[in-house]
Parts: sequence; C-alpha cells; structure tokens
Amino acid sequence: MIEKTDVAIIGAGPVGLFAVFELGLLNIKCHLIDNLDKVGGQCAELYPEKPIYDIPSRPIVTGQELTDELIKQINPFKPQFHLNQQVDKITKTETGWIVETNIGTKVEAKCIVVAAGAGSFVPRKPPIENIENFENKNVFYAVRDKSMFSGKNLLIAGGGDSALDWTNELSKDSNVSLIHRRKDFRAAPDSVSKMQELETKGKIKFLKGQIKTISNTEDSKIILQYENDEEKSQIEVDYLLPFFGLKMELGPIADWGLNLHENLIKVDTEKFETSTPSIFAIGDINWYPGKLKLILSGFHESALMAQEVFKYCFPDKKNIFRYTTSSKELQKKLGV
Amino acid sequence: MPKLIIKDRSGKKSEIEFNSNFTLMEILRDNDYGIEASCGGCCACATCHVYVDEKWTNKLKNMDDDEESMLDQAFDIKNNSRLSCQIDLSEELDGLEIEIAPE
Ligand SMILES: Cc1cc2nc3c(=O)[nH]c(=O)nc-3n(C[C@H](O)[C@H](O)[C@H](O)COP(=O)(O)OP(=O)(O)OC[C@H]3O[C@@H](n4cnc5c(N)ncnc54)[C@H](O)[C@@H]3O)c2cc1C
Ligand code: FES
Repeated sequence: MIEKTDVAIIGAGPVGLFAVFELGLLNIKCHLIDNLDKVGGQCAELYPEKPIYDIPSRPIVTGQELTDELIKQINPFKPQFHLNQQVDKITKTETGWIVETNIGTKVEAKCIVVAAGAGSFVPRKPPIENIENFENKNVFYAVRDKSMFSGKNLLIAGGGDSALDWTNELSKDSNVSLIHRRKDFRAAPDSVSKMQELETKGKIKFLKGQIKTISNTEDSKIILQYENDEEKSQIEVDYLLPFFGLKMELGPIADWGLNLHENLIKVDTEKFETSTPSIFAIGDINWYPGKLKLILSGFHESALMAQEVFKYCFPDKKNIFRYTTSSKELQKKLGV
Repeated sequence: MPKLIIKDRSGKKSEIEFNSNFTLMEILRDNDYGIEASCGGCCACATCHVYVDEKWTNKLKNMDDDEESMLDQAFDIKNNSRLSCQIDLSEELDGLEIEIAPE
C-alpha cells in the first residue's frame, strides 16, 4: 500500500518536527520517517537530560523537554510517523516522489524534505577483524526475533541499557554470558540488580574484558577471544550480540544524486532547495556558506522552505503572509 | 606557550602549543589529528578517545562517572584511556604526552 501526503520528511529530529509546524500553517500535510524508535533526533537520543541554553526565549531546556514541547506544538497538524525504519530509496513520479523504507513502507508526496541531521543512527560496531563476515549469521546488533536465540549459547557485549535488558530477557530461554570491560554498568539500577541476581543464581555468566578476535568452528559456531588486565581467554557461542550504542552515518542519502559538500547536502539560502527541484534539505544535514549547525538555524530554514513547498503543493494559490497572533484562520488551524 | 606532545595514529610524534582556555579535544580537533568528536565535547559520543602517558595520569583531574560510562562505548580501552573533551588544559599540563586511540 502506498500512503499519500503532501510532504515526506526524512528525519524526525527537532528540525524535521518544527517543519511540520511551518508547513502545517500553510495547510501542507506531512509524514515523517525516522530510523530511531523515537522522535527528537540527537536531542532525544544523545542528550535527553542535558541542558540547551541557546533556544530563543528558553533560557534553559533539556533535549527531551524540547522534543516533548515540539510534539505538543505540532500536534494540531496531525503528522503521521513511521519510526524504526530507514529511507533507502526515492523514486521520481509524474507528480512528485515515492519514498521507500527498508521495511517496505511507501509514502507518495509532492515534495521531500531531508531533515536527516548527521545521518541515521546506526549501531556502533566493535573493531574486531573480519566481524563483518559474521554479521547477520552469528553476529547481530539488534534483536528482531528473539525466538531464534531460544536454547542457544549467546555472548552479549556492552554495559548499557540494551546490553543489560537483553541479558535479563534472553536468559529466560538461552544460555547467556555478558562481557563488559568493567563490573560497573551505566544502565537503569533495576536492570543492574536483576542482572546481578541472575549471576548470583548462576543463570548467567559475567566475563570481564574486551573481545579481541572472532573465528568460526566447523559446526558454524563462533569463538571469541577476549582479554583483561589479568588474563586472556576465549568462549565458544552460537551468537554474539554487541550493544555499544549508536553513531550517525549519512547512509543511503549519499546515493540520491544530490549535490554534496563534504557529506552535507548543498542548498540555496532562499528556499533551502537541493540541486534536485522539489527536494529540500534543512537542519544539520544541509550546507551553505556560513552554515551553523544549531537548532535555531534549522528552525529558520524550516520557515523559508515551507514558502517554496507551498508553490509545489498549491501552484494556483497565492500564499498570503500572516501572523499567528492575529490571523483567525491560523488560530483555527492551531485549535486555539 | 605551554605545549603538548602528541602521538598520532600513524605513530608519529609532534609538538603543539596550546592555550589554556581549551579542552584537549578542541586542540586535537582544530589541528586535524583526525579526532571525530561528533558530539562537540558534551561527553556523549566517545569519539575523542586518547591514551594519556602514565607519567601524567595523576596530574589530571579524575574521571567522573559520565566520562567512565561514555568510555563503555569506545573500543580498545586501556588503563590510561580518557575522553579528551573532558580534559581541561592548564599551564600545569605543559609537556603533557598523549596518544590518539584507534578509530
Ligand atoms: C551533545 C550535543 C549537544 C548539543 N547542544 C546544542 C545546543 O546547545 N544548541 C544547539 O542549537 N544545538 C546543539 N546541538 C546540535 C543539535 O542537536 C543539532 O543541531 C540538531 O539535533 C539538528 O537537528 P536535525 O533535526 O537537523 O537532525 P538530528 O537531530 O540529527 O535528527 C536527524 C534524524 O534523521 C534520522 N535519519 C537520518 N537519515 C535517515 C534515513 N535515511 N531514514 C530514516 N531516518 C533518517 C536520524 O535517525 C535522526 O533521528 C548539540 C548536539 C549534541 C550531540
Ligand atoms: S567529543 Fe564526544 S565524548 Fe568527547
């Protein structure tokens, strides 16, 4: 099934979210697609609890608060979200574009707004030689179908929430060992105590160290060598699940034929349109002379981009400039 | 001006002068030592990992919890691993020797 809308926004970071507002004021409907399991981009993923001091009129606001309030602000426009999926492909149609994700969602839109920040969040992979040869066979960076691990020997690597949550969860049906460089964990206290309880009961095994090499056995299992200050050792398992957090990568955007400047999309500073007409780029992902990677700049870019998108969406209509303070029509849209 | 002694990823040593108002990460990034520092020094990315020469480890301010936790997302950790964005430079660190950790 193909979903139809006016604008497909790639990336639901602060800038993609605010674009919904500026477009919404002009009666333009949006779908947003993001690789993360939540909205808010870097603010929600990298620094939800940290304060931001340079949002106009907010002397201090945390990354998560900013995200929550943007959601509140754009709610009247009923944006549709498609989370947990990466836009892989875009295809030109007669009237616009079809945007397609890695899990098969298709959105047809008149314009595309790329608000992809520093790229999509992807798992950080440990630098173990040849690990890529084992990916999706013995090595998984995310758990999609936990039944495949049932009754198997697993090694989970990492010391954060994902590592501990999956250790606790998968130990119900599998034989789990957890490896981390130290015996402290930066995870929710509840998960840490649960894990320690499982270890005391002998339900899971804790190994201290860092994985150094990976190799396979004849019966398609893997051997991981690891070491710490005191010793070198090894373990044989069916699967390795490394959880070392996420990093950002430009990803498929590089293949869409847009003019780039050092991994950023070149735009003009009047309309924030890319080298391909009807594709726009705003926020951290774009580049123009003098560009500053600030949330503030992304908000400004959203407002100007929306003016041009209006022309694509309503070629016969004239866009009249109005203030939200005084326009009855805009206030009706906002439901105030 | 005080200076740093830096061993880059190819093993080459060089000296560089620093201004005390900066963090070690800022000096490394601005002088193109190949440090990504994608979070800009907020202790949120672990891409500014360095090894501090053992002679100097005691002279640095101790690691706080935030930094120790963030190091969990870096690789090739050693006992002298630090995140360079969490090291404030000062005159007392004149001659500090560090090595850039692998990517
Ligand atoms: C620690 C830290 C502190 C900061 N402090 C400040 C500050 O004080 N003030 C300030 O103004 N700025 C600050 N910034 C910068 C600010 O967070 C960014 O400017 C802002 O997040 C950019 O917003 P964005 O919406 O353009 O992109 P992002 O927030 O990067 O969001 C982009 C989203 O797009 C998604 N995406 C990318 N490609 C795809 C794809 N192909 N398919 C699906 N989804 C995709 C990503 O998963 C991501 O969620 C800080 C950044 C960090 C890391
Ligand atoms: S620059 Fe990101 S943790 Fe140091």
